[in-house]
Order: sequence, then C-alpha cells, then structure tokens
Amino acid sequence: MSQPAVSLRHVSKHYLRGGQVIDVLKDIDFDIAPGDFLALMGPSGSGKSTLLNLIAGIDQPSGGQIIVDQVDIATLAEAELADWRASHVGFIFQFYNLMPVLNAQENVELPLMLTTLNARQRKEHASLALEMVGLSDRSSHYPNELSGGQQQRVAIARALVSDPSLIVADEPTGDLDRKSAGEILDLLGQLNTELGKTIIMVTHDGRAAERAHAIRHLEKGELSALEMLQPAKV
Amino acid sequence: MRLSRIPLHYVWRNLFTRKLTTVLTAGGMALVVFVFATVLMLEAGLKQTLTATGLAENVVAIRKGSQTEIQSGLSRQEASIIESSAPIALNAMGRQLSSREAVVLISLQKKGGTCSKSDPPTPPCTNKPANIVVRGVGAQGLAIRPQAKLIEGRRFLPGSAEIMVGRAIADGFEGVQLGASLHFARRDWTVVGIFDAGKTGFNSEIWGDAEQMMQAFRRLNYSALVFQLRDTDAYASTQKKLEADQRLTAEYKRETQFYADQSKVMASFISILGSVLSAIFSVGAIIGAMITMYAAVANRTGEIGTLRALGYRRRSVMLAFLLEALFLALLGGVVGLILASFMQFFAVSTMNWQTFAELAFSFTLTPIIVLKSLLFALLMGMLGGFLPALRAARLQIVDALRAA
Ligand SMILES: Nc1ncnc2c1ncn2[C@@H]1O[C@H](COP(=O)(O)OP(=O)(O)OP(=O)(O)O)[C@@H](O)[C@H]1O
Ligand SMILES: [Mg+2]
Repeated sequence: MSQPAVSLRHVSKHYLRGGQVIDVLKDIDFDIAPGDFLALMGPSGSGKSTLLNLIAGIDQPSGGQIIVDQVDIATLAEAELADWRASHVGFIFQFYNLMPVLNAQENVELPLMLTTLNARQRKEHASLALEMVGLSDRSSHYPNELSGGQQQRVAIARALVSDPSLIVADEPTGDLDRKSAGEILDLLGQLNTELGKTIIMVTHDGRAAERAHAIRHLEKGELSALEMLQPAKV
Repeated sequence: MRLSRIPLHYVWRNLFTRKLTTVLTAGGMALVVFVFATVLMLEAGLKQTLTATGLAENVVAIRKGSQTEIQSGLSRQEASIIESSAPIALNAMGRQLSSREAVVLISLQKKGGTCSKSDPPTPPCTNKPANIVVRGVGAQGLAIRPQAKLIEGRRFLPGSAEIMVGRAIADGFEGVQLGASLHFARRDWTVVGIFDAGKTGFNSEIWGDAEQMMQAFRRLNYSALVFQLRDTDAYASTQKKLEADQRLTAEYKRETQFYADQSKVMASFISILGSVLSAIFSVGAIIGAMITMYAAVANRTGEIGTLRALGYRRRSVMLAFLLEALFLALLGGVVGLILASFMQFFAVSTMNWQTFAELAFSFTLTPIIVLKSLLFALLMGMLGGFLPALRAARLQIVDALRAA
C-alpha cells in the first residue's frame, strides 16, 4: 500500500479555561489509507469534532504532526492552509451550513470561486455535482426551499465539486430522519467507492458507522483500536 | 486578480434580506449626504453665479485696496487717463467700449412675509429690507454686458431719472414692477425696463444713468471704470502698463476674477459650515452603520466559519464585509444625492457679506459635488464597516462554526 492519506503523530490538543488546562486530545497516533472510509465515534465531549477539525486544517494542534497527502499541515502558514483546504478538503456539516442568500447552484459554486476556473466552467462543474447528488432540478432553489436531506445533498455537492481527496463529515446525518440519513450515507458510500474519496465521518449513530470500513472510538482524549468492518478498498 | 473571491451577489443579497435595517441605516446616511451635498450645491451656486457675472474680455478698475466697487473711488481724471492709455475695444461707431460707473446700495423690501396693504396681514408680519446694488452705467455700459437682456419695457434714457431692474429684483422685491416709481437719493426714479442677466450677480442689480446717479448721490468720484479689451490676451500687458503709470492709483482685474473674488468669504464660510455640520451628523451615521455591520457579523458567524473552512482567507472575509458596508453607504449616498438634486429647483436670495449687497443664486449640482458626495458616503461606510469587518476576519474558524 502507498503512503497513508492522513497520518497523525503524537497529536495533542488542550484548552486553557480559567487558568486550568483541559486536555481534549492526548498523544493521538493513527493513519488512514487513501480511499478509506472511517467512522469516528465516542461520547459527547470526547473530542471527535476537535480531532476532525485538526485533520481538516481548520484548527491547530497543541503538539504533534498532522500529515495529509505528505504535507505537515501544522506547519503551514494560515493563508497557505486556507489554499490547501480549498483544494484538498471537502466539508460536510451537521447543519449543512449553506449560505441562505445563495441558491443551490451558487452554493455549490462557492468553493470554485477559489480556483482558476472561469464562470462557464464553474457553472458546468457545479451542475455536474448537483446531478451526482440528484438535485439537478433544484439548482435554482434557495436553502429555505429545500428539505434537510436535500440541503445536505447540496452540501455534499459543494464538498465534492472541487474534487478534494479528503472529505470530512461531522455528524452528517445528525439532524436528519432515518430515510434522508440513509440517502446521505448512500451518497457518502458512493463518493468513497466510485470516486475513491477518503472519508472521515464523526457520528453518534451506530447504523451510520456501519457504512464505514472501520470504526474508531474516542474516549477521554484517547483513541481505541481500529475496529474493522469491511476490507478497505485500495 | 479578484480581490475578494466571495461573490458580490452574496454581499448585496445579504443587504436586501434585512430590508428594514438596510433602509434605516442607508436612510441615515442619505440624510447626511443630503446635508453635505446641499451645502456644496449652495457654495457652487454662489460661486457659479458670481463667476458667470463677469466677462473675460472686460477689465474692472477700482481704487487700489478697495475690495468692492462700493468702497472704491476713481476720479474723472483717472478714468480719462485709463481710457486714453488702455487698448480698449471700439464699437461700430468708433466709440470706446468703456463704462464709468457709480455703484451705491439702497434698501428695498423683500417680497413674502411683508405687511401688504391689500391682503389681511399674515401673522409673522416681517418687513425684511435688503441692500440692493444700484449701478449707474455709462453710455456703453449695456454694450459691454451682452449677458443682460431686456425682457420687458425698454432701456433707460441717458440723462433721465429712469432705471431698469434685474430679473431677481423684479421677482423678489416689492414695488419694482414696470412703471413703478422708486424713491431714493431724494429723487423719484421710474422703472422703465426689466432685464434678465441669467444666473449672474447683475440679475440682483438696478441699473440707471451714471451721471444722474452721481448728481443724486452727490458723488464726485466714480466707483469703477469697466472697459472691454480689444484683445482679451492683452490683459496682462495692459495691467502692467496701467500699474506703472504714476498718475493712477487704481488696480485692474479681469471682470471674471473681480466677481469670483467676491464669492470667497461667503463660499468659504458655507463650506466650513457644511463640513462641520456634515462631520457632526456623519458620526451618527457611521455609528449606525457600525451597529448594523456588527449585527450582520454576529448573525452570520456560522457563515463566516463555513467560508473560511471552504478555503476563503481572512482577507476575503474582511473585504466581503467591508464591501457590504460600502454598498450600504453607496445606497445612502445615491438616495441622498437624489434628494439633494431636487434642491436645484430652489433659489436663494441673501446678502453677500463681502459686498453687503443682495445676491440671488440657486443650488447647483455639479459632477464634482456628485463625486464628492459619493466619496463622502463611501468614507462613512468605510469608517462604519471597518471594525465589524475586522472582527469578522479575526474570528477563529472553529469558534465561528461552533457559534452557528
Ligand atoms: N474553544 C474551546 N475552549 C474550551 N474548551 C473547548 C473548546 N472547544 C472545545 N472544547 C472542549 O473540548 C472538548 C471536546 O469538544 P468536541 O467538540 O471535540 O467534542 P465532540 O466529541 O465533538 O462532542 P459532541 O459529540 O457533543 O459533538 C469538550 O469538552 C469541549 O468543551
Ligand atoms: Mg462534535
């Protein structure tokens, strides 16, 4: 197997609150292979989101190395890190985080504004992404005109439109009913198997976690052993 | 390279989703811009009127050191010397185009709010007198001022106690209609004509025969000599020549400059007053914009976090919020200017403190004023939007996302 997609080495994260040090993550060490689909589980407050944010480059570790696609992102300057996120990471949030004043098409085009694509190409790419999530007919709808499941599908289109190798999802089905959640998980599975995206998904839902290749449990800042569900596709 | 890659429609649609706040904030800015523009329009109207009063080919000679014709005195002898040594243009009959003038101030009642005889007097019964320039002109006085056109009646006859009044006087004052008789300098003067000199100071004057005025006002000296140059470019050499003449104590200005100078004191007062007023009012508008923009940042904290996560830099976020404040200000600026443009339909008649004479002029909107007003609005937007935009840019991504 080639280089891991993500390697964490002795990663720690602590917060200072009222003069007190709160250790959220302690000496985390693990690798994710390219094309893997990992579910992160654990009780509330165990540091799942914190860990995901570190891997996605929107938070800085207190110590250790985070190597994603052979780049130690902890050493990147802030502006470089922003550019790195734009081209390497797709985000999926629990509450979709679409821009309410932009329609589906425009929301999906948002990450493309950071690329060198021209307006016509952006439009084409965004339309294609919306087609992949089955929402071509909703491209001119605004988020408040879409159901939660549809909004999350727009968000998935937004996450995949710039063709990042890594997709991070923080409780992507946390706010959805079982049917919509199923559709979202199907889409994520598709991104993994058909497009080869590496996916890290935080979830509380055991059924959701079963869609992944492997599950990691986080408890009190420490990671459990890997629990394999299905063989990782290489 | 695109400055902020955040799409502009994201910026301005956000303004229109919170319509009420936008309208109120932009409205506040519009009022300030209105005040700002109106004052500038007043200043421009004053300047334009006085600058348009003179002609470049005419030269005004007044006694050295006197600011106005009223204070000036020029002897008959001096007038003759100037006329004989300056390159003065001739008319078809071979006469020199020069006018020896006597300028005095008289007091007249302004129309409106006066206690008229016919109507029952209205409660605020104020008789507002104003100083009016009476200009006695020489035989060629009208020929060198082609901008003054007779619109009613006829010209005064030389050697008679006849006068013609400017349009602004005819419109704004009591008892100056055609055929009326005015009493001043112990004589009765008959109004035989009304002239329109457009947007110039002459429109606020009364003209008659210079020699008649000299007698009536018991003057020995003229106030000024105004002559037309044969060649307008000869001004500098003429001025040099006349100033070198030991017999003369006058100073010589182009007529355009002469009147433009008369606008200085009032124009600078208006512009200082305007700047002070605008500055004071703008504080309110800037604070208003700041509150609005801080609220926008607070409401959209989650969106800011999302944009940053997607790869937008701090700079882009900063610029997006600054642009939003600038759009808001521009909106206010445009509305304020539209309101101010209606002021062009109003004219003001007031005393020019420099000459103590009544002068009618109108609010004048110029491209420079439009530009200045919009820049002023943008400056308010910039000042109001800067700190909120900075706050937006300085948010930590995870904190912003958590706040959503
Ligand atoms: N900015 C912060 N300052 C102080 N403590 C923080 C901060 N952010 C997170 N924490 C703490 O870090 C711990 C882990 O938070 P995190 O959001 O990663 O948990 P989580 O596992 O995602 O929980 P949940 O399942 O509820 O989303 C929590 O105890 C939280 O209070
Ligand atoms: Mg969490």
